[in-house]
Amino acid sequence: MADDQALHLHCSVPVRSATVQLAHGGGGRLMQELIRDVFVRAFDNPMLAQLHDGAVFPVEQGALAFTTDSYVVSPLFFPGGDIGSLAVHGTINDLAMCGAMPLYLSAGFILEEGLSMETLRNVVDSMAKAAKEAGVRVVTGDTKVVDRGKGDGIFINTAGVGVMPPGIRIGPQEVKAGDAILLSGDLGSHGLAVMSVREGLRFTGEIESDSAPLHRVVRDLLECGVPVHCLRDLTRGGLASALNELAVGANAGMTIEEPLIPVRESVRGACELLGLDPLYVANEGRFIAFVQESHEDEALAAMRRHKVAHQAVRIGTVTEDCPSIVVLRTVLGTHRILDLLSGEQLPRIC
Amino acid sequence: MKYVDEYRDRTLAATLADRITQMVRRPWTIMEVCGGQTHAIVRFGLDALLPPNLTLVHGPGCPVCVTPIGLIDQALQLASLPRVIFCSFGDMLRVPGSQGDLFGVKAAGGDVRIVYSPLDALELARANPDREVVCFAVGFETTAPAYAMAAIQARRLGLTNFSLLAAHVLVPPAMEAILSAPGCLVQGFLAAGHVCTVMGYEEYEDLARRYRVPIVVTGFEPIDILEGIAMLVRQLEEGRAVVENQYARSVRREGNVAAQAAVREVFEPTLRAWRGIGDIPQSGLRLTPAYAGFDAAVRFRDALAQAGSVGAEDPDCRSGLVLQGLLKPPDCPAFATRCTPERPLGAPMVSSEGACAAYYRYRRGAGHGARGERQSA
Repeated sequence: MADDQALHLHCSVPVRSATVQLAHGGGGRLMQELIRDVFVRAFDNPMLAQLHDGAVFPVEQGALAFTTDSYVVSPLFFPGGDIGSLAVHGTINDLAMCGAMPLYLSAGFILEEGLSMETLRNVVDSMAKAAKEAGVRVVTGDTKVVDRGKGDGIFINTAGVGVMPPGIRIGPQEVKAGDAILLSGDLGSHGLAVMSVREGLRFTGEIESDSAPLHRVVRDLLECGVPVHCLRDLTRGGLASALNELAVGANAGMTIEEPLIPVRESVRGACELLGLDPLYVANEGRFIAFVQESHEDEALAAMRRHKVAHQAVRIGTVTEDCPSIVVLRTVLGTHRILDLLSGEQLPRIC
Repeated sequence: MKYVDEYRDRTLAATLADRITQMVRRPWTIMEVCGGQTHAIVRFGLDALLPPNLTLVHGPGCPVCVTPIGLIDQALQLASLPRVIFCSFGDMLRVPGSQGDLFGVKAAGGDVRIVYSPLDALELARANPDREVVCFAVGFETTAPAYAMAAIQARRLGLTNFSLLAAHVLVPPAMEAILSAPGCLVQGFLAAGHVCTVMGYEEYEDLARRYRVPIVVTGFEPIDILEGIAMLVRQLEEGRAVVENQYARSVRREGNVAAQAAVREVFEPTLRAWRGIGDIPQSGLRLTPAYAGFDAAVRFRDALAQAGSVGAEDPDCRSGLVLQGLLKPPDCPAFATRCTPERPLGAPMVSSEGACAAYYRYRRGAGHGARGERQSA
């Protein structure tokens, strides 16, 4: 202890820094302190507390699902969420879409020199809260610090493992003509919430991110005996991109009923104003399920029991016509292609 | 959604479509001037509701599409300058110049920012006194007042680091160019409602009279467009050619006088090249001598002289014919083959208001007409 105090007196970098500094990624005392005071404290579990090179945990018999994703959202905090909770929900949802129950996450942080330590703590605390609420544990991680100007405050990578219930076969290849396409809730809130803060736009009516973990609603959907053929969360590119990916993956056609797709009034209004199509806007707590048509009602009932999917609704059908093409029946009863976007949607000129 | 859903009513759309079908006795070709209307027509499949002897052709009303390649090259040059913050609406970032687009300049380190209003760019200039803020002033009469207000405000504030790269174009001279071109097919116009909200429609009356062409000022929602078409067809069938106003909830004959005054204070008409079409006299706006200090073309004259625009458009791109209503996008040999949104030959395939982009996105592989279900409406 005396040695530590002596070191503090001669160290040019204050140990209790208010901002992230390059030394926090250097592998030395400051990094150890950061890990202990910020990450281990927030994620608080015996596997992480061992501070081993990796986490060791028991596994059940059967199959494991494994996924990873990186989060680079700007701004870090937005109405209804932040990069921390998003990094937990996003990876949980990727596992859930495989049909797996998530168990353990890793968290890799790339921090920009000069980031406020308070901001970091807020993000990490939000991650810890999201993980606790979802019943998953952050059991291993990594930290790097990059020069000021070479990051965007915080980048987070999370990887996750989950357990697959036996007998589950979920994937685009399982999609069949006649399947009902179910949507868990209204679209576009996350993308508009982030955009509203990033661009300093103010919309009438509060628009909050829909960021939420989806594994419990998926678990109940699988346990209620409904033949679920495919699941997909609607992140970047929104509903339209997910449907197109699956139409190609399944080599199936899809017909979607535009009037049945729920979009909140405030989101529709903001999209109209900006020239954006809510069907392409990102979500972080919405998914589509392809289920055998005869079980549509049970599936919707199982989904609607959860707050995150209480608006669940059937929006379309898988068809044998036009393989790999998604056709939208418009509010006027006409048909048009619902295509992939070439890039990001850009606000229109006038 | 109030004021939108009413104009997307399925039953009303079917009623209007039936009324149009009953009225049409001879084949007619009509042009919607505005790219926003083109997208609404294709997005909602309105043409599928119309009788086959009524042909809709698409007009030059996409400001992104008609901005000449030389001006895009100037934008790329300015955006590459180290001290410049270059502001633009999002649409313009993907439009190809001779050597790339604004996204490419941004990736190479240029400070290119998407703004939602010229006044946002003005704020950037106030917040960054050590930088030059250049705003790409693109659009029709609709957006010109906002740019004019930005310049007026910049002068009031004494800002010396704010300028506009003026690229505005005016609709009536383009309509006249289309009408006077050999082989013109257009027998009636749906005029752009938003443009007329600012400018009114007095200047269209002279066009209607001289060319004996009916013009209906029309809004952008499906019911607006169908109602505009019905009004136009009635005139055509009755042999009349006057200006009528379908978009009366927004447009008055005299327009927005205050907005026009702001535009007149800052801008004056000038000859402007239209991409794919060519030079049209008095069809563009440039800054008046009193506002020359806010003219990026003046302020950065030396840098722009080095821009070295090639200015050549791809010879396979038929966008000029598309923009004049002489060709439908799927009839272009390059459509969806050599020319796609990922590798566009011309701006109408890139812009969110471009006719080629609308057909590619909503109609590709499905023929010219969307399938309709009028009987079930």
